[in-house]
Amino acid sequence: MSAALTAKDFATLQEVRWCPGCGDYAILKAVTKTLAEVGAKPAETAFISGIGCAARFPYYVETYGFHGIHGRAPAIATGLKLANPELDVWVVTGDGDSLSIGGNHLVHALRRNVGLKILLFNNEIYGLTKGQYSPTSRIGTRSPSSPGGSIDSPLSPGQLALGAGARFFARAIDTDKAGLCDVLKEAHAFDGTALAEIFQNCIVYNEDVFANFTDRKQAADTQLRLKHGEPMLFGPDSAKGIRFDAEAFSLEVIDAQANQEQVLRHDQTNKVLANLLVELESPVALGVIYKNPAESFEKSWHALNGNGLRRSGKVADALRATNTWTVT
Amino acid sequence: MDSIVVRLAGDSGDGMQLMGSQFIASTAQSGEDFATFPDYPAEIRAPVGTTFGVSAYQMNIGADPITTAGDKPDVLVAFNPAALKVNLPLLDDGALLLVNYDSFTARNLSKAGYEEDPCGTGELDSYQVVMVDVGRLNLEAVKPFGLSKSDGGRCKNFWALGLLMWMFDRNLSPIEAWIKAKFANAEVVRNANLAALHSGHAYGETAELTEALPRFDISKAVLPSGEYRGITGAEALSLGLAAAGELADRPLIFCSYPITPASQLLHSLTRLDDLGVGTFQAEDEIAAICAAIGASYGGAIGVTSSSGPGIALKTEAMGLAVNTELPLVIVNSQRGGPSTGLPTKTEQSDLYQAVYGRNADTPIPVIAARSAGDCFETAIEAVRIAVRHMTPVMLLSDGYLSNAAEPWRIPNMDEFEPIAANSAPAPDDSRDTQGMAFERNPATHGRPWITPGMPELMHRLGGIEKDIDTGHISYDPQNHQRMSDMRAAKVASVASFIPNQVMELGPDEGALLIIGWGSTYGPIFQAVQEIRKSHVDVSYTHLRHLFPFAQNLKELVGNFQQVLVPEMNMGQLSTLLRDKLGIEPTPFCKVTGQPFLISELLEKCRSMLPPVVIASGDSVAGGKAQ
Repeated sequence: MSAALTAKDFATLQEVRWCPGCGDYAILKAVTKTLAEVGAKPAETAFISGIGCAARFPYYVETYGFHGIHGRAPAIATGLKLANPELDVWVVTGDGDSLSIGGNHLVHALRRNVGLKILLFNNEIYGLTKGQYSPTSRIGTRSPSSPGGSIDSPLSPGQLALGAGARFFARAIDTDKAGLCDVLKEAHAFDGTALAEIFQNCIVYNEDVFANFTDRKQAADTQLRLKHGEPMLFGPDSAKGIRFDAEAFSLEVIDAQANQEQVLRHDQTNKVLANLLVELESPVALGVIYKNPAESFEKSWHALNGNGLRRSGKVADALRATNTWTVT
Repeated sequence: MDSIVVRLAGDSGDGMQLMGSQFIASTAQSGEDFATFPDYPAEIRAPVGTTFGVSAYQMNIGADPITTAGDKPDVLVAFNPAALKVNLPLLDDGALLLVNYDSFTARNLSKAGYEEDPCGTGELDSYQVVMVDVGRLNLEAVKPFGLSKSDGGRCKNFWALGLLMWMFDRNLSPIEAWIKAKFANAEVVRNANLAALHSGHAYGETAELTEALPRFDISKAVLPSGEYRGITGAEALSLGLAAAGELADRPLIFCSYPITPASQLLHSLTRLDDLGVGTFQAEDEIAAICAAIGASYGGAIGVTSSSGPGIALKTEAMGLAVNTELPLVIVNSQRGGPSTGLPTKTEQSDLYQAVYGRNADTPIPVIAARSAGDCFETAIEAVRIAVRHMTPVMLLSDGYLSNAAEPWRIPNMDEFEPIAANSAPAPDDSRDTQGMAFERNPATHGRPWITPGMPELMHRLGGIEKDIDTGHISYDPQNHQRMSDMRAAKVASVASFIPNQVMELGPDEGALLIIGWGSTYGPIFQAVQEIRKSHVDVSYTHLRHLFPFAQNLKELVGNFQQVLVPEMNMGQLSTLLRDKLGIEPTPFCKVTGQPFLISELLEKCRSMLPPVVIASGDSVAGGKAQ
């Protein structure tokens, strides 16, 4: 056996062409670091993407890589996973790619629970096409295609995923290496579709759009870092907690010291809780919000399709598996 | 054979005679000739459901003068098992069998002398079988009128008639008028019968029943010796794809989204899982082709299928398969268009789409099947080209071929060459693996089929233009020229591997060459056989390879004074011949959704040929020789 691979072994010789300061650099580093740490085999790993800034990702990872067409990466990845379920298949996509033009494929990959790790780089803007508003842009976003401010209500990736029947949904911030690597490792280990929404800062067209909660100075007050089974605490000295307000049927911030028994513990298998967490505006829930495994699509599919696509019969016999007669 | 023989059979109480005479009334109105043959049971009050109580009504309908009620039914409507039992021996292979399936109860089967349900034993495999629960659907339709179950049940012949009228494109108004007059004083019965009639008609439309009314029968006398079975186009195509998987020794993954008339193929392939075939019903047409591309990328033979509108949606992804140099088969079961058009009617109008219909210079090979059985070999050929040249291939079929059944000589699998993939190079530390993935075979321009999982051959590919040698992204203008040249040369090189075009009928030179493609094979063959009785210098060739053409086609065409191209579109093959061979063929186009009639083909040929000189010296202008 050769020596264990490092993050550097997963970098290609390609010149990386994202804008200087782009959040994608941090994500690329976290991904290659995670691949090394989980002992991924480069030849058995494939990165599939669609179109957009994020979609250049496969060129920069020393594994197999497929740069597809706009929005269709989950479909291409599904076909690949059916042909070879042993592969580690990652999909890299953006908010335009996966929630606008490719919304249909994302929804169906999630409901089928295909063994794909989908990294959704959400920057709430179209970068590659020069800054138009995207399906996650907030109302009033001024852009070249919405100079008066956008009027479309934004889509919530978390709500969409849970509504589609996703069994794994997590969130992380591009520059939060530890938090991102944790999410990537959890996604990697998940046997089914794992969707990770990564808040990615587009410094050219939508700089600091997430600064209200990503700014490190205020992070303690604005981020809720979830751990399965542990109390939902945040703020300096974990002074604040989250409880369930039964009357309003929503989550509420409380003084954790004074109301210790009321602080909720995170249960990543609870879908109702997951729905409330993805809607929480402040603090913003990060980490694994929902994880509830079931048999993967490819496993069920292979059981149905000839016991793993194995050829047990002969065409010569199949041709005769009906009434035949002889003409002399 | 320009006429069609329809036989309605059921219990004497089922109203077969009434149904037949009404069908004929509408035929008379449509201007077609007909002859009928009511066939009552000897015992008018024979026990219900027994073979000796079967009543039948036979009609021969056609545009040509009809003198008899026809001998062999092309279409049999069987209202119960006894009717099937009695009438099945009359049918030739390929006939269309419309079965009132909810009458196939254990009791009725036993009365008819069936030990097992013939619809499940394979004994009907040589026919196109359409099973419809006429009784149940009719009762649903007449429910609002409050008739008793038995009175409501009497409307079922009108329900079935409505369905038949849909299948034969008949106008309902004469029957409506008759019902209104006949039941003028019985409002409930009148309305119930009208509702049943409309419901049956609507069922045909809603269920998108794609009838393949038998077109013509290649003379049984000429069948070469061998082992035969009945087969439909969808079955032959499925088995052909499975055979290609076996010849390539790879799994075949079929990814598709349901659409009329292509869905048959998906249904048929789901039953072949023991042959290494997997089927995936995708969320849409685009997902279907993309999943097939993903499957090919993973080393399986990826196949997708649709009809014209769905193929249009797949277009962008076809370009991706071209650019990533992956094998892929796209099956198009053509139907009438534009847009939703005529889902159940057959056309050959997607040839432009297949050959020219993509953004940029994106050539892909195009082939077409000519008959139900021919779908088998055509499918193997499509996979062979795809794998040899590492390219998507378009296989054109159509709604008629999918459903048509015919007797088919079972091929010997040992006679097919294995399908060899371009093997992956051995790992080599001193070389850039990216470039190794694009070292193309100089004769086929096919690159090695390297798939994820293969050690030390990692590379990146995609839709962006890449350097012709290194495989890295390249926006270099000269490189794009070279890549475009390579893609054109790749598809052109297919011609070096396909057999020369041969004549189906007639000599290699003469006065008139008829060029056909796709499912018009039957009527053209029959018409040319007929015309050659008076004009021996007429020949017929039928194309499987539409893009590129066989290398000798231009030379062959040059040996004829005139070229006639009959096709079920507005002249698409004529355009392609003009474009690729620089010739001026005479188009003969028909887009009525109906097959070519032998008579109209004969008339067209005769109009292009000198009049036949009869021995006495009299000439008959464009006339019939006999």
